Amino acid sequence: MTTARWLPVWLLLVASVACERETRRYRELPASASRPGAIAISELEPGGRTPRTPVLSPYQENAYGIAEGKRLYSAYNCNGCHAQGGGGIGPALMDEKWLYGSEPDQIYSSIAQGRPNGMPAFGSRVPAQQLWQLVAYVQALSVQVPRDAAPSRSDDLNGHAAEAQLDIKVPRMTGHR
Amino acid sequence: MMPVDYQSALHPAGPQAASIAQLWWFMLAVCVVVYGLVMATLVAAVFRAHAVRQAQAERSLTRTVTTATALTTVALFGILVASVRTGRAVGPPDGPVDPLGVEVTGYQWWWDVEYQSPSPPNTVRTANELHVPVGRPVRILLAATDVIHSLWIPNLHGKMDLIPGRRTELWLQADTPGVYRGQCAEFCGLQHAHMALTVVVESPAAFEQWYAAQKQPARPSSTTQTQHGEQLVTRGPCALCHSVRGTDAGGRPGPDLTHLQSRRTLAAGTLPNARQPLEIWITDPQHVKPGVKMPPVGLSTEERAAVVAYLETLR
Amino acid sequence: MTPPYDQSGDGLSNAEIEQLTDTWREPPGLVGWLSAVDHKTIGLRFIVTAFTFFVLAGLLAAAMRVQLARPDNDVLGPDLYNQVFTIHGTTMMFLFAVPVVLGIGIYFVPLMVGARAIAFPRLLAFSYWMYLASGLFLYTMFGLNVGPDRGWFSYVPLAGPEYGVGKRADVWAQLVTFTETSGLGVAVCLVVTIFKLRAPGMSLNRMPLFVWAELVTAFMVIFSMPSVFLASGTLIMDRLVGTHFYNHAEGGDPLLWQHLFWFFAHPEVYIIFLPGNGLVSTIVSTFSGRPAFGYTALVLSLVSTGFIGFGVWVHHMFTTGLPQFGVSFFTAASLMIVVPTGLQVFCWVATLWSGHVRFATPMLYALGFFQVFVLGGLTGVMLASVPLDAQLHDTFFVVAHFHYVLIGGSLFPLLGGLVYWFPKVTGRMLDERLGRVVFWLFVVGFNVTFFPQHLLGLMGMPRRVYTYPAEMRWGTLNLLSSLGAAIMFVALSLYLWNIVRALRHGTPAPGNPWQASTLEWATTSPPPPYNFAPLPTVSNREPLWSASWPDQPIITGLATDRREVLVTRLMDADPDHRREFPAPSPWPFITAVAATGLYVGSIFTPWAVLWGAIPTTLGVLGWVWPRHGQRPSDLARALGGAGTEQRRS
Repeated sequence: MTTARWLPVWLLLVASVACERETRRYRELPASASRPGAIAISELEPGGRTPRTPVLSPYQENAYGIAEGKRLYSAYNCNGCHAQGGGGIGPALMDEKWLYGSEPDQIYSSIAQGRPNGMPAFGSRVPAQQLWQLVAYVQALSVQVPRDAAPSRSDDLNGHAAEAQLDIKVPRMTGHR
Repeated sequence: MMPVDYQSALHPAGPQAASIAQLWWFMLAVCVVVYGLVMATLVAAVFRAHAVRQAQAERSLTRTVTTATALTTVALFGILVASVRTGRAVGPPDGPVDPLGVEVTGYQWWWDVEYQSPSPPNTVRTANELHVPVGRPVRILLAATDVIHSLWIPNLHGKMDLIPGRRTELWLQADTPGVYRGQCAEFCGLQHAHMALTVVVESPAAFEQWYAAQKQPARPSSTTQTQHGEQLVTRGPCALCHSVRGTDAGGRPGPDLTHLQSRRTLAAGTLPNARQPLEIWITDPQHVKPGVKMPPVGLSTEERAAVVAYLETLR
Repeated sequence: MTPPYDQSGDGLSNAEIEQLTDTWREPPGLVGWLSAVDHKTIGLRFIVTAFTFFVLAGLLAAAMRVQLARPDNDVLGPDLYNQVFTIHGTTMMFLFAVPVVLGIGIYFVPLMVGARAIAFPRLLAFSYWMYLASGLFLYTMFGLNVGPDRGWFSYVPLAGPEYGVGKRADVWAQLVTFTETSGLGVAVCLVVTIFKLRAPGMSLNRMPLFVWAELVTAFMVIFSMPSVFLASGTLIMDRLVGTHFYNHAEGGDPLLWQHLFWFFAHPEVYIIFLPGNGLVSTIVSTFSGRPAFGYTALVLSLVSTGFIGFGVWVHHMFTTGLPQFGVSFFTAASLMIVVPTGLQVFCWVATLWSGHVRFATPMLYALGFFQVFVLGGLTGVMLASVPLDAQLHDTFFVVAHFHYVLIGGSLFPLLGGLVYWFPKVTGRMLDERLGRVVFWLFVVGFNVTFFPQHLLGLMGMPRRVYTYPAEMRWGTLNLLSSLGAAIMFVALSLYLWNIVRALRHGTPAPGNPWQASTLEWATTSPPPPYNFAPLPTVSNREPLWSASWPDQPIITGLATDRREVLVTRLMDADPDHRREFPAPSPWPFITAVAATGLYVGSIFTPWAVLWGAIPTTLGVLGWVWPRHGQRPSDLARALGGAGTEQRRS
């Protein structure tokens, strides 16, 4: 009888707590998607870098968003140049070397604006929501997302270990290397 | 109000579905008789005047129970035979046939339909709609790209699963012209409920006409508005996923749009194919089918009108 | 008619009775509550917890019926609907149906076989805590939006690492692991109790049919649960550590999942059905006033159903493109299994035919069982045919079928069985008139809910759809089905109210209100902690109906100052030796908490298996550490022989 009495109370308590990892957003972008002003591509600043508080990308902790990013990565043929993240014609996305910065905003603008030597500008083709999902997946490839939100192995030939099991830790670009 | 009969196993339009429907009526008859007998005996047993137990009554009961069990076994064996015979009748044909070959690939949450041909210019790719000529066997090869789906056109045949990594096939034939509806019958995620397939059964002549039209590439746009629409479709987000033969749009993740206007529905049977549903669909697909893989792309009113005008030329 | 059981006489003095009570009762306080090992306490916990989950799953079903009552409805969106139907099915199958039928076994099997206790009481307690933990875990996760949403059968690749996004499918897999652990523990307790703790004279062919049903059920649990353990374990591995069991591109196969799952899940439905079967034998026999007709046939039917039940699983996979010849075998097996069940139905009808039927509420539920279950069984015959199944599989026809066989075959007998045994457990009678009203509401409501669904399936409506288009004109039948669900809701609410009211104001129950024949009626209502004061013996199948019951020998000589139990031999229950059973202990609870941590943690990291194993091992060590009374000297005394026998009067 005790179980019968306490179970509803317990359920009400836990239902009030949300879980970002498991939210599924189909239509609207999270509020964190709106970004202010210009994004610096270069790390070089006169007189040393201004300290910045790291900002998460909208889907950085969202399993559904990262999984969608993974789907779009192959649907839009990113692996044509970047392979499964190890690079080929284009640079690797799984390593610690970031030509144009590893901040979410910087990754976003690299995809949207294109970059010299062959990275096309996808901004006119890919809607903002999907761009952020791709950003989140690139972050997953470089182990910048929580392990339990990162995708697991794909149901296909696997080019690398599941993103949730990758080992490289990429330092956030918040200071001098 | 009774359900419609164009997605119904009880209204067969072909020999396979007819065999199965026949088996159904036979089994229903047997089951109704058995059920009636059991219920009648039960009622009689329960409302009988109180009987004193005797050894003789026990023996007679034993005989009755044994007989009933033996009859049950015989009936079940008869059902087994009927079932196996029907199974053979609806399976792949024995002798040489000249089937129409179609490949149906299941995606979350739409059907890619491709008519096979030994010569590539004769292949036809469409989506969510299947045309078959009356009276000709059709051999459908099934494949899945993501999760397990199941193709079910109840007026024509039972269902067959589409399993990633495996090839399955479904042999069917339609003898009654008409428009039927099929639906995915294996839970495949968020929009499993909205993954239908239109099946048009038409005379061989009408089928050939349709097929010839489907082989043609898209006509070039003529008006300013449709040209603008074509620009937006082939050089905008749409082309990343959709293909329109005769243009630069060659995306494979989504359905082929070359002859969009020849189809009766949109979004795998979710919307009728008309101007307003089309507008709603391309403005906000997530409103119609939450979770579908097609994103809202943020068109202005003028851009939307141009895109819709262009899509309406894709007959 | 048996005289009320006299506790004070028959070979035990009042002082001895008092000491016996003191030895066997549950310790007080919170620690006592956590340490309980009495099978009646734990059996009742299983039943009450199971019914709580039944109510929760029923509310989920009500939500589904509200959503489906009208076409293009938007009460539940697709994501929530998928969670709701998954959790409805998972709760009903794993958290209600199996625990409740095992729970009534836990409570009543030791009483029906005349034993003081159930075998391995601490394992039983551990099984309960694991079961409770699993349910709390599932619903907590549901509240956190991590409720499983891939169906109770969780097919891959949809539930696999790529398409099963987030941790929802892992929650499902671990829930299954939890409930397997619990079920296996209970099954072991039941088997050993039935084999080794029966009253002297209760040879195997004198066991009550309900006990036979629980025995076969327990064996089915033991043989089927490892398959789903393998399935859920490999699924977690695929998702967590990247193995390729179900990845066709790397050598695995999505169909392997279906085989592993259904090899378990088909026996699972017989696990749910057989105890109901046993209850029907009990109720039909009692309320016809005669022993069940065809005892041997009924027992052999139970056993053969148990065996054949393991040979039919592919009938859930008839549309996957497996070779025709192979699947025909499974058609044959699925038809063959109808024979023993049919034989049982005929035997019960024969019992009713040659008995004097009393229409008390439990009997009404047994009659409801016949109406509903036989119909469901016949639609099962239809589904056994491959070509017909090709049309009906994954449609609402199947939904109708399995609700008819599961509700008819298990819930109807259960509801009747609870009315039947309520006086024994609580010492009070339920209101008979209200009971009848509830029965009629329920049976009508059930048929109105599920019968139209047969037609919906034939007319094209697939399963697991969160909505359907208006132009299909499925709305009328769906609305009718939802109205039936509302009637069922009212009926079940009244049923629960009847129980709550009777607990406070019910008329006190006599010792044997139904004039039944089995041993549980030979003790007080509710039974004392030690079940029977001098242990009974039996010399036929219906002990309380035999004319020689007053002269039946009883067992005396077992110690009253410690928990001593008489262990008998398998075939004829000849006394073998005395054994001291463990006292209440909090270690099963502690071990269950540690194991819960291990299981829940392993959703997030494989390291949890290692780190969680340490407290679990410590818990087990604390559990099995020998105490006073279990040392070699004590064992030597225990082997000194059985207790002496005396005449009853």
